[in-house]
Amino acid sequence: MSEKLSYKQHISAQFNAELDAIKNDLLEMGGKVENQIELATEALLQTDSEPAEAAILIDRSINRLEVEIDEQCARILARRQPAASDLRLIIAIAKVTTDLERIGDEASKVARVAIKLAPVQSPQPTELRFRRIANHVNRMLRQSLDAFARQSVEQAVKVVLSDADIDDDYHSAMTELQQAMRTHPDHIEYLMEQVWALRSLERIGDHASSIAEQVVYLARGVDIRHADNEGLRNLIN
Amino acid sequence: MPYMQRDALIQASQFQSTAARTPPGLVVQQLSLSYPGNGSALVDINLDIPAGAVTAVIGPSGCGKSTLLRCFNRMNDTIEGCRYSGAIYVGDNNVLAAATDVTALRRRVGMVFQRPNPFAKSIYDNVAYGPRIGGIRRKRDLDEIVERALRDVALWDEVSDRLHTGALRLSLGQQQRLVLARTIAIEPEVLLLDEPASSLDPISTLKIEELIYELKHTYTIIIVTHNMQQAARVSDWTAFMNGGKLVEFDETDRIFTNPVERATEDYITGRYG
Repeated sequence: MSEKLSYKQHISAQFNAELDAIKNDLLEMGGKVENQIELATEALLQTDSEPAEAAILIDRSINRLEVEIDEQCARILARRQPAASDLRLIIAIAKVTTDLERIGDEASKVARVAIKLAPVQSPQPTELRFRRIANHVNRMLRQSLDAFARQSVEQAVKVVLSDADIDDDYHSAMTELQQAMRTHPDHIEYLMEQVWALRSLERIGDHASSIAEQVVYLARGVDIRHADNEGLRNLIN
Repeated sequence: MPYMQRDALIQASQFQSTAARTPPGLVVQQLSLSYPGNGSALVDINLDIPAGAVTAVIGPSGCGKSTLLRCFNRMNDTIEGCRYSGAIYVGDNNVLAAATDVTALRRRVGMVFQRPNPFAKSIYDNVAYGPRIGGIRRKRDLDEIVERALRDVALWDEVSDRLHTGALRLSLGQQQRLVLARTIAIEPEVLLLDEPASSLDPISTLKIEELIYELKHTYTIIIVTHNMQQAARVSDWTAFMNGGKLVEFDETDRIFTNPVERATEDYITGRYG
């Protein structure tokens, strides 16, 4: 099914330029957040604090972009009074920006855990699952941003549906960490840090899913935030 | 059912309290219209206009929106060679039926135009004009009607101390509200507004829009406007027309957030047609 979004240009070239600028800024913000997650998870898995420091530094520019994009949204609402797909674009961008900023915060948390754990030789029972979860949420984020750029409902729905795939790994990893705490009670402090990092990754998956939901709103005007899986599948079949 | 006779209609409106009544909806069926030498201005329009609500008709210049509006009170009859077919029901009465008493129809379906057109008379006489023709003579009754109509259009406080000065001395915004008062003084059921605020400044425009909101509980209102933000602000329903055809009709909330038709989307977002 083809989307009915119009790719014709606005009569106002200036309005076109404003919308292009805000979309570009959003994708730039998305790129920074992806980079931040990669650095933070690498730092944790390699027990190396250097990429973690870099990840925390990126958070500042992400925060700055959040404020700038929100200002652009407010300016366009005030000056252009957008309607239909333009209105949905501005609303979606404002929400996606919030999700991206929160993903940035979660990635910073992971980075801080990495810095704390770098000098410590604590047991890492969950490395494999951790890596799988990290790869999965990073892929979810990349695909949701890609779906946003292409306004692809199909890809967005797949991202939302794939959020459930993390659950198994997440619960298994949590169980393994609990067992490790019982086996190494002297390492509870460090194992708890791994619990927090794992939780942050899981939250990143939720935010990536939320971005994908906004893509469907943008492209079709349908709010799928509380839809069940069957409703989601119907959208793409 | 034959169209109500004029006298019966006037009587009915005199004894009916505007607050208690329910205005009728309009049903347009297979309406087509052509002007001489100009081809079709309206093509097979089918539309149910809800009662007691504001319906906005939007579309590019020449799309037929004003022509459609002028069908509702047979204003197009004044254009020689204008031909139409189909039906428009106001309540049970087909407006387009040959037997329709057009004068009585226009009492029932009032119209306000783009440029305020008060008579060159006093403020009071403008509002009392219609009721006087309707046979109301007693000063006390007329005073009451004039005050109520002027209060309904939020003009009373501005003019109550100079009711007998000339209407043309009022500002444009006040004149338009006076025209609206003159229209509702004879208690029509349907109000047709043809770009009612396009010659007014922003504050007067907002006052007119506020009035439309107040009046919709008592009248079925149809507004033609070039100003899409105005349509979005004041209307409950929106009809988008293009090339003499009705492209899309839906709740205003939906038209302005997620219209079904591509042409509607392009028009309201300001894209090249």
